[in-house]
Amino acid sequence: MRLRVRYTKNGKIRFTSHRDVARLWERSLRRAHVPMAYSEGFSPRPKLAFGLALSTGYESDAEYIDLALSETIPLDGLVERLTEMLPDGLVATAVAEIDRGTSLQQAITCCRWEIDIITDDLQAASTAVAQAKEAEEIMFTRTRKGKPVTDDLRPYVWALDVLGPTETGCRLAAELGTQPRALRPAELLAALDPAYEAFLVRRTHQWITNDDGDRSEPLLAAPASAVPTPVGAT
Amino acid sequence: MWPALEPILPKVEKPARYIGCEGGAQQPVHGDGRVAWLLTYPDTYEIGLPNQGLQILYEILNERDDAVAERAYAPWTDLEAQLRAHDLPLFSVDNHFPASMFDLLAFNLSAELTYTNLLNLVDLAGVPVRCADRTAEHPFVVIGGHCTYNPEPLADFVDLVVLGDGEEVIGEITEVIHAWKASGGPTSGAVDSREGVLRQLSRVEGVYVPSLYEAEFDGEHLRSITPRFSDVPERVEKRTVADLADWPYPKNQLTPLTEVVHDRLNVEVFRGCTRGCRFCQAGMITRPVRERPAEQVRTMIQKGLERTGYDEVALTSLSTADFSGIKDVVTETMDDPANRDQVSVSLPSLRVDAFGVDIAAELNRGRRSGLTFAPEAGTWRMRQVINKLIREEDLYEAVEGAYSQGWRRVKLYFLTGLPTETDEDTLGIANLGRNCVEIGKKYHKSASVTVSVGGFVPKPFTPFQWFGQNTVAELQRKIYLLRDDVKRSHGVQMKWHDPKATLIEGICSRGDRRLGPVIEDVWRAGGVFQEWSEHFDQDKWTDAMARHGLSPDWYAHRHRTEDEVLPWDHLSAGLHKDFLWQDWRDALAEVGLEDCRWTPCYDCGACTGYGIEHIVASATPPAGGSQGTGQDLTTGGEVPVVLGSKPVGAGT
Ligand code: SF4
Repeated sequence: MRLRVRYTKNGKIRFTSHRDVARLWERSLRRAHVPMAYSEGFSPRPKLAFGLALSTGYESDAEYIDLALSETIPLDGLVERLTEMLPDGLVATAVAEIDRGTSLQQAITCCRWEIDIITDDLQAASTAVAQAKEAEEIMFTRTRKGKPVTDDLRPYVWALDVLGPTETGCRLAAELGTQPRALRPAELLAALDPAYEAFLVRRTHQWITNDDGDRSEPLLAAPASAVPTPVGAT
Repeated sequence: MWPALEPILPKVEKPARYIGCEGGAQQPVHGDGRVAWLLTYPDTYEIGLPNQGLQILYEILNERDDAVAERAYAPWTDLEAQLRAHDLPLFSVDNHFPASMFDLLAFNLSAELTYTNLLNLVDLAGVPVRCADRTAEHPFVVIGGHCTYNPEPLADFVDLVVLGDGEEVIGEITEVIHAWKASGGPTSGAVDSREGVLRQLSRVEGVYVPSLYEAEFDGEHLRSITPRFSDVPERVEKRTVADLADWPYPKNQLTPLTEVVHDRLNVEVFRGCTRGCRFCQAGMITRPVRERPAEQVRTMIQKGLERTGYDEVALTSLSTADFSGIKDVVTETMDDPANRDQVSVSLPSLRVDAFGVDIAAELNRGRRSGLTFAPEAGTWRMRQVINKLIREEDLYEAVEGAYSQGWRRVKLYFLTGLPTETDEDTLGIANLGRNCVEIGKKYHKSASVTVSVGGFVPKPFTPFQWFGQNTVAELQRKIYLLRDDVKRSHGVQMKWHDPKATLIEGICSRGDRRLGPVIEDVWRAGGVFQEWSEHFDQDKWTDAMARHGLSPDWYAHRHRTEDEVLPWDHLSAGLHKDFLWQDWRDALAEVGLEDCRWTPCYDCGACTGYGIEHIVASATPPAGGSQGTGQDLTTGGEVPVVLGSKPVGAGT
């Protein structure tokens, strides 16, 4: 049996790394007595697969993990049980059975982010956002494996807006493409003119877009008692 | 302080070390006159979090009505720079409170090279580093752990030193401070109020208050350390918990959110060790042996696994294969259906014999990564000197067992720079390594042995406390001698510790109060995290010693005489000094000493002095046990006994 779980990562725990979260899931699944399937070989590990890695320090309302189980189990009450066993700040919001199919990482085409930037000049921030949207290309140089790499970020910026002021500056909403590589919010901020630093970044959605341009989430977060709807799992 | 920290954390490496939120973390509530302890580990979170001593006290204190305890760890240099730049202090990871709002800053000290970190953390807490500059409103600086058996180098900086097991004494200290707080002590602002409560604390058994003692010197030699007041005890005895069964802690072992060392469930199966290895301070100062009842061990394992979700449990002690119920506990844990075949058991200290390997095979079913043994010395003669009575055939049998059961890599731990060590002894290490590889080749083409060599540092309250340690040059020479010899042998790899660090450890290990200004200088010159090779800086130490007119040679390389006053003579680990001296003579005469668990007591003092005794479930030595458990050890296997050609430590 294969399961997909949607969960959130908020609060102090946002400072844990992707690897940390994988370890926390392993322990929590054991505590919740979920019968995991294990890999073969030298040191067997439970079979877990995550969606796109979330940078250390970012929050998220839309994280996903796919689990391979060794037997079939009833799903009612599982969301609550997982949340109880997960550390504070990680909350399971939906679970559904899925078929074997494309990995989450390959299926996701874009993520929506809310980015609280640090600034005391809201006008300048709006202008920077407007400029980026109008630009034909946004050439940006980053270091990759110790070497500078320059590429055009514009094709990855699907949407970008100023949502409104916050205590530390203002909140931007951005939809950033993830194929062939996932553009990080921090890179986008560094490529704006002037460059900005984030106070807090939260992922709100991971989207799967089909050939017609329709999009859907891998799993809808549902109120605790409602039946979750698996979408686009295959 | 969290709101002030939050914007800084994205700028530092591994911020998850500073957020707390571990599974099993307490919810400490302050106020109501409660005595607030900040339990601090003077190294990084990764190393400090698993520390069982700290976790035990954290739970015991938080269970009390009159106390509250939080935890802190040394922030890495990047966060420290940020904290100092933003004028922020050391903080607790539980409530993220500033360190200065606690009544006591208690440090667990297990390595000399963390001494400068202690000063740094006290300073980062906003507390004067020297006791003399503290007033009633400042927290008390407390230390516990193995380094406290010679706390003299830190005498200027620590208010209280706790000797031995902390479980009981920590409550007694709390009661004194609680009463003092209730009577308005800290708010009176008077310096003598602080001294008054320190004098009271000095009468709690196991507590040493260095500022209440006067150290007198005769030229460069220590003449005496005596109390400055008649109500302060002349000699401070360590504390020993008589029965581990009364203390099933930690009950809620912390499960961290981020990676740490020893990231697994740890269950302490016994405390103390009487194998009697003469270099081993831990074994000497934690006597007698107190086993936890097997039933309690099983409960702690089962509850612990269930609560934490770990898939590995380590049974900890100084020599776990000696635990009376070891085989049953291991088998039951491995076979328990609740563990669904996915739980592994590990023994951090494996004995060098076939029995140890059998257990290792049992508990590693399937997993065969690497096995570690610690023969400690290369020849039988040398092992008689250090009383690690492992015969060569024991080692080969163990190694054969390991390779035949599927292991491909074996790691062997050795010390060099031991008393009476000759080049033949040193090269014996390479011989053992080569012979083990030969045995391994019978089973695997790729069989390999890693030989790990550390420089020996004599420690207080061991028979070797009188021995002048080898110089850096001599240790280096031995290491290169060995390295060149090993180079020619296929399949043997060698690793070694930096002898320069060994020197500094040696200076601090047996140093006296005059080292205080040296430690302060090194810290002020930026010498923190000295136990990390990228930060260690020998010059900072030797420069500071030169400035203060002290000789590294005199502290580290000089043999002590029987009548010399040692800086820890006014402290007691229960061991009679004449027992240790006799054991030192026996060492030089290459005479071994049996394990007193199963042979008659030779009155070392650890039980006899405190009216306690061993708690060991089995009246007979464990199966296959080498090291003075009844076997004929006179021949010691193949290696002929060669007397040291030089007097003790010559050639250093
Ligand atoms: S007092 Fe006797 S029984 Fe106790 S540890 Fe010492 S030698 Fe062994």
